[in-house]
Amino acid sequence: MKIALTVNGETIRTEVEPRVHLGDFLREHLSLTGTHLGCEHGVCGACTVRIDGNLARACLVLAVQADGCDVQTIEGLSDSGEIADLQQAFHERNALQCGFCTPGMLIAAQDLLLRNPDPDRDTIREHLSGNYCRCTGYHAIVDAVMTTAKGRRGD
Amino acid sequence: MKAPAFDYIKVATVAEACAALVQHGPDARLLAGGQSLLPAMNLRLASPSVLIDIGRVHGLDGIEVRDGKLRIGALVRHETALRDAMIANHVPLLTEALRHVAHPAIRARGTIGGNLAHADPASELPACMLALSAVIEVTSPSGTRHVAAEDFFVGLFQTVLLPDEMLTAVEIPLPAPAWFFQEIARRSGDYAIVGLAASGTRLAFFSVADRPVLRQSTAALDLDPPSDLQATGAMRRHLANVLRDRALVAFGGRT
Repeated sequence: MKIALTVNGETIRTEVEPRVHLGDFLREHLSLTGTHLGCEHGVCGACTVRIDGNLARACLVLAVQADGCDVQTIEGLSDSGEIADLQQAFHERNALQCGFCTPGMLIAAQDLLLRNPDPDRDTIREHLSGNYCRCTGYHAIVDAVMTTAKGRRGD
Repeated sequence: MKAPAFDYIKVATVAEACAALVQHGPDARLLAGGQSLLPAMNLRLASPSVLIDIGRVHGLDGIEVRDGKLRIGALVRHETALRDAMIANHVPLLTEALRHVAHPAIRARGTIGGNLAHADPASELPACMLALSAVIEVTSPSGTRHVAAEDFFVGLFQTVLLPDEMLTAVEIPLPAPAWFFQEIARRSGDYAIVGLAASGTRLAFFSVADRPVLRQSTAALDLDPPSDLQATGAMRRHLANVLRDRALVAFGGRT
């Protein structure tokens, strides 16, 4: 099936089988392997991307459903510099160990920071509750998000 | 963990969706947000031969108050409803319940109509609709009919929807009475072990049977919940009583 969508600002016109979900499409067809696939049923959050400005699980959206959409992946957010401070804070605070959950964590955290510039720790935990870190690094992740929020507010 | 192959049809109107349902028969499924159907397909618990994508059907994403009712279109997404000031103002029970539905990324895609039509007995919204005396609007090639929420859910993932029908809206009568909502879950976003949505004297429990269960607050609680990996039936019955007592305290009644 023919689709046309924007991925990280670039227009993509291609053909894809209906059963291919967006996560596989990004990874296998576009070689954007920053979107990780963990559980593939919407539980782990590793495949979190942005579709038309909103969070989405790439494993729970078919590529054909993204026809006409504006998709942003961790590569896009990273290359544009939009989350440079958040990435730096993750690095400094050791908010990642193996790094598998990190792309999803960064996108979900950025989504929160755009909506709420001054979140408390509980709000951060709630917003990231759909993103699993199996290295159990949540405390440092919450710290990194707090630090970034503070930095952006200029406190 | 990949969905089996299927055919995919994108429709632009309710009439086209109904016609496609008639044409493709019982193996076809409507796809809205896909946040329940696609995981089921990835896990091979569902293998429809045709998906009819209604995600871009116009006119189903409205939220309005008219003629003493709050009307929510089937394609309104959970996150949109959660942030809607009109819903928060008129039916705060729903706003509170929506906070408990999965996680932000799931809420940003999943639709209210899809949630209700999926009829998951552990889901918050079907119970809310029972408590709120909501009416579900159902459309087919032969027209539109309205079904009371308490008649809509008839079993595990089962509704009264006929094969050529689709859920197009839900209507909640206003003003909504005093409300209470709580669910007990192991982690934020998990399915509830037991939950209660209460509106006035109508208590609707979820995760206690094969469908949401409506009880009057004045009646004895005669639930017989199933056991599973999360909790025994006896524990669920206990927790349901705890939630009911909390609701009655919140309403200022007896404990």
